[in-house]
Amino acid sequence: MGRTLAEKVWDAHVVRRADGEPDLLYIDLHLVHEVTSPQAFEALRLAGRPVRRPDLTLATEDHNVPTTNTLAPIADPISAAQVEALRKNCAEFGVRLYPMNDPGQGIVHVVGPQLGLSQPGMTIVCGDSHTSTHGAFGALAFGIGTSQVEHVLATQTLPQRRPKTMAVTVDGDLPAGVTAKDLILAIIARIGTGGGAGHVIEYRGAAVRGLSMEGRMTVCNMSIEAGARAGMIAPDDTTFEYLAGRAHAATGPDWDEAVAYWRTLASDDDAVFDREVVIDAASLTPYVTWGTNPGQAAPLDSLIPTPGDYADPAARASAERALTYMGLTAGTPLSEVTVDTVFIGSCTNGRLSDLRAAADVLRGRRVADGVRALVVPGSMQVKAEAEAEGLDEVFRAAGAEWRSAGCSMCLGMNPDTLRPGERSASTSNRNFEGRQGPGGRTHLVSPAVAAATAVTGQLTAPAQL
Amino acid sequence: MRSPLGVEPAGARDRDRHPDHDIVQRGAFPAMEAFTIHTGRAVPLRRSDVDTDQIIPSEWLKRIERTGFGAGLFSEWRADEGFVLNNPAYAEASILVAGPDFGTGSSREHAVWALQDYGFRAVISPRFADIFRGNALGNGLLPVQLPAGTVEALQTAVEQDPTVEITVDLAAREVRGAGLVAPFELDDFTRWRLMEGLDDVGLTLRHEELITGFEATRPGWLPSAV
Ligand code: SF4
Repeated sequence: MGRTLAEKVWDAHVVRRADGEPDLLYIDLHLVHEVTSPQAFEALRLAGRPVRRPDLTLATEDHNVPTTNTLAPIADPISAAQVEALRKNCAEFGVRLYPMNDPGQGIVHVVGPQLGLSQPGMTIVCGDSHTSTHGAFGALAFGIGTSQVEHVLATQTLPQRRPKTMAVTVDGDLPAGVTAKDLILAIIARIGTGGGAGHVIEYRGAAVRGLSMEGRMTVCNMSIEAGARAGMIAPDDTTFEYLAGRAHAATGPDWDEAVAYWRTLASDDDAVFDREVVIDAASLTPYVTWGTNPGQAAPLDSLIPTPGDYADPAARASAERALTYMGLTAGTPLSEVTVDTVFIGSCTNGRLSDLRAAADVLRGRRVADGVRALVVPGSMQVKAEAEAEGLDEVFRAAGAEWRSAGCSMCLGMNPDTLRPGERSASTSNRNFEGRQGPGGRTHLVSPAVAAATAVTGQLTAPAQL
Repeated sequence: MRSPLGVEPAGARDRDRHPDHDIVQRGAFPAMEAFTIHTGRAVPLRRSDVDTDQIIPSEWLKRIERTGFGAGLFSEWRADEGFVLNNPAYAEASILVAGPDFGTGSSREHAVWALQDYGFRAVISPRFADIFRGNALGNGLLPVQLPAGTVEALQTAVEQDPTVEITVDLAAREVRGAGLVAPFELDDFTRWRLMEGLDDVGLTLRHEELITGFEATRPGWLPSAV
């Protein structure tokens, strides 16, 4: 019987297999950031253990960093101490670090791909659930907790139970105006926040093949929001074109050998998935979330759902609670929801093509009075590229703030937060209660919808402008 | 409830550890606690999709220590007086009985540390998020998956009588109490590791020569981060 992409990558990394025990997997790349690593380094220090493979480990500062005035010391003393701890740990253990203000700094899931470090067939982990992003390259990439970060630092391996596999096939082409973000929001709305639990999702079908690498990263990024262990897309010419010439990609005969191997990774025709879901791309329109988990999403041109319509009592209770928290009334058109803040950025939608999509909408237009719009590039490199194209000027001319790279308002660990009761349209990935600041209300949207929403002050698709 | 600095906020309870907490100090960090059987009171949390941002808000993640997160547990929800953890009847509870999809979202292990620091030894739910479950098992906080109907029955029982004692028996792989006996699944290897309180790094390093052997077979074109 044939094997799936996930199974091929898994099998190629088994260091040890024993009956009844988890497989011991070799890890090709370990990405590190300041929030989930200090306790892991401390544990190594106490046990007197080194980092086994500093050459396969890369760190960046992203979650805590301010996005304004970045040359000044970090004002929040606890954030500053955490960033300082990462610097000390990387120096002591010999790990390469991209610190604030370094041209290579950025959100960990933007940095790995832009360096060409995230490649097909690799195993990639990070103490961060959105590590699933790197699955866009056909890598098996998943988030881990701090004890596992310690384990990988010490051994370059991880004991893991073999996950189940799930195929999400998106047939046909995405209609004009429908983006990768809309697609993944629609997928999560369809299968639910627990729909992928215990599975690695492989995204397939014409609509997925037609996505750029950046679009594929947006889709794989939010696999975790569907509860999946990881998300993957088989590598193809789009992947190879993206990688060719990047700083850490192979060259010459090595490159040819790598590509020849990568071409063998696609799921075999007779491979069997534990679960299959098919989605018709033509049926999709721009999606937004209305509730407090990413599965609570609906087409932007629809009405806020009525909790009583849910058959499942848990879903009904959750919808009721969400509408109360969000301050929304069932049955109102989503397009009438007004926002105070628009956030464009994050590891989901903070790449160059995302900023271009937002700038295309904002060019020659103005952010509505009373709306604060923040544009935060995913990395310093994205920032430099955007500035070279003049996108920063487009945003500034429209009245939006142009910031430095980091996670920023995606989770509000730095000063960029919502105030209680404030409402945002955000291109990030989580609309949990208080995610962007205590009491804040989040609607997840695509970059194009975020930009159109900034112009009108209420949830809007660009086609409506 | 908003201070991540380790200052005990007003209203936080000083909870004595249950007598079966055997904490072996590994430097400043508790080593994984062995888990065989635990009997204690339970608190019902009738919510689904309890994400780790709720269990421990991001404000708390700036700390570089591994202890002291109990005061931040559910801190946003605890600000509401009516929240179940604020009910004195559940002050002694060491088992959390929650709705489906517990621990979704962020990979933050701080969520597990917060639950343990507060005094929880086990969480019962119809379904756990994968990363949370792995983190819990790595720290000796037992995630017990039971059918939705059984979880509801337990919630109802401890709502009617908060003094009801529930036993989570890892050796027998069953939950007993409130008039029911409910078996749960956990593979033999994980059960053994938990009962022995073994940490994964030590177990893996017994196979170091296999790791070295594997490394010798990795293709030369694989990228290096330096
Ligand atoms: S941008 Fe948001 S989701 Fe992505 S790594 Fe940063 S905090 Fe996590």
